[in-house]
Amino acid sequence: MGLLDKEFSDGNVVIAKVDDLFNWARLSSVWQLGFGLACCAIEMMATSASHYDFDRFGVIPRNTPRQADAIIISGTVTLKMATRIKRLYEQIPDPKYIISMGSCANCGGPYWEHGYHVLKGIDRVIPVDVYVPGCPPRPEALLEGLLKLQEKIRNESLRKKTV
Amino acid sequence: MALKTETMILNMGPQHPSTHGVLRLELELDGELIVNVKPHIGYLHRCFEKHAEAMSYPQVIPYTDRMDYLASMYNNFGYVIAVEKLLGIQVPERVEYIRVIMGELQRIASHLVAIGTNGLDIGAFTPFLYLFRDREKILSLFEMTCGARLLYNYMWVGGLSHDIHPDFVRLTKEFINYFRPTITELNNLLTFNKIFIERTANIGVLPLDTAINYGVTGPSLRGSGLAFDIRKEDTYSIYDRFDFEIPVGQGLVGTVGDSWDRYYVRILEMEQSLRIIEQAIDQIPDGDVKAAIPKRIKPPKGTVYTRVENPRGELGYFIISDGNLNPFRVKVRAPSFVNLEVFGELCKGHLVADVIAILGSIDIVLGEVDR
Repeated sequence: MGLLDKEFSDGNVVIAKVDDLFNWARLSSVWQLGFGLACCAIEMMATSASHYDFDRFGVIPRNTPRQADAIIISGTVTLKMATRIKRLYEQIPDPKYIISMGSCANCGGPYWEHGYHVLKGIDRVIPVDVYVPGCPPRPEALLEGLLKLQEKIRNESLRKKTV
Repeated sequence: MALKTETMILNMGPQHPSTHGVLRLELELDGELIVNVKPHIGYLHRCFEKHAEAMSYPQVIPYTDRMDYLASMYNNFGYVIAVEKLLGIQVPERVEYIRVIMGELQRIASHLVAIGTNGLDIGAFTPFLYLFRDREKILSLFEMTCGARLLYNYMWVGGLSHDIHPDFVRLTKEFINYFRPTITELNNLLTFNKIFIERTANIGVLPLDTAINYGVTGPSLRGSGLAFDIRKEDTYSIYDRFDFEIPVGQGLVGTVGDSWDRYYVRILEMEQSLRIIEQAIDQIPDGDVKAAIPKRIKPPKGTVYTRVENPRGELGYFIISDGNLNPFRVKVRAPSFVNLEVFGELCKGHLVADVIAILGSIDIVLGEVDR
């Protein structure tokens, strides 16, 4: 690191594409909305706790949608909750990303047939970027989902609409 | 002359980091003091009873997992005991021992989350990380046994889905030896921390008669000083063979029945669970864990009610059988739902910041409140 410090000591210039720079900054600090729904929220907590350490990917839970970049829909979305999630989603400033975690959020999961109060997939309400399968997904699966989201952000362009 | 003022309504949740899921609270405030609290539930209603009607008896077990997702093993436990009672079958000794060990490990894992999030809500982040480190060790024991980390579907009617791994006994003993000192570490870190005591002592005092009137059970009731535990009072499985105590709140740092007492009862309970596991782990007899599993589960007509001591209180299953492959009805008496009712009573006269300290000490799981 000492070498690198010297490289930058007398006002060097780094050239990068605007897209690359912005995307790099964005994908390294995906702040998620601190918000748990059901069983998957416990696995999401386990992912952010000591063993799996979500922080090392720059994922920090923020408790207000206005400071968040992403929502992890962690669990069963009921009809009563769906309207609230829609509102939370609308309050997040662009660009915003959704990870749908677990079978319930993907398609209704075990409640797909008789769950009269369960929304059959969060993508009926808000657009989803990454689906993570499992009931509940292991923390490793959620980490993989985040890496896929980072991949997606890396290939974005400012000229394209981001959402 | 006092100035006439109006109360203010403040909405808390369903998206709130400290409501333990999707609970919505309607707080009526006079300045910063709570006048009234109205919990709004139903944001996680997942139609358990409807599913139970439509599924066969063994197919209901995964749905019991998803009610109280912090104590899935224990939810299976209560349900399979009820169905076995309805069928009138006896499970092998080995199954009983493994069930008790799994149940008590689950109790520790559940209390670790309860304590961790209680501290986290109040502002102590480090204990949360320490406790999740320990919880992962229990989860790896479960994972080794049945392949799942959170929702196990492990206890089946008349037996278990898998036998324990040959290393399970050794690793569980290692875990007990590892975990005992960490309770002391936790006490030094959080339990007797000055700030934590300031936030929880004398906050949300639950008098014993109020607790009984509302039907509160579990650590919340025992925190108020009554040694009521289904494992002793109405013993089931093989709990009568083990020597353990029921810890109660004594008001060590404040009044009996305050938030700190409810918290401390959980810590003492983890020690007792370790004692039960220690006694049971050496006595596991040999045998088959699937011996009594019937091919077709078709109980005779009748009703059954069983109750078990879930980490959150008295978990009851009321099953009506009409002689078919599906239960006619499965009604669950969920401890979190009943314990939540007393919440409004506890908050009256306290500050807004105390609401989350009290909610954390009651330790509700919304999946079980709404079912």
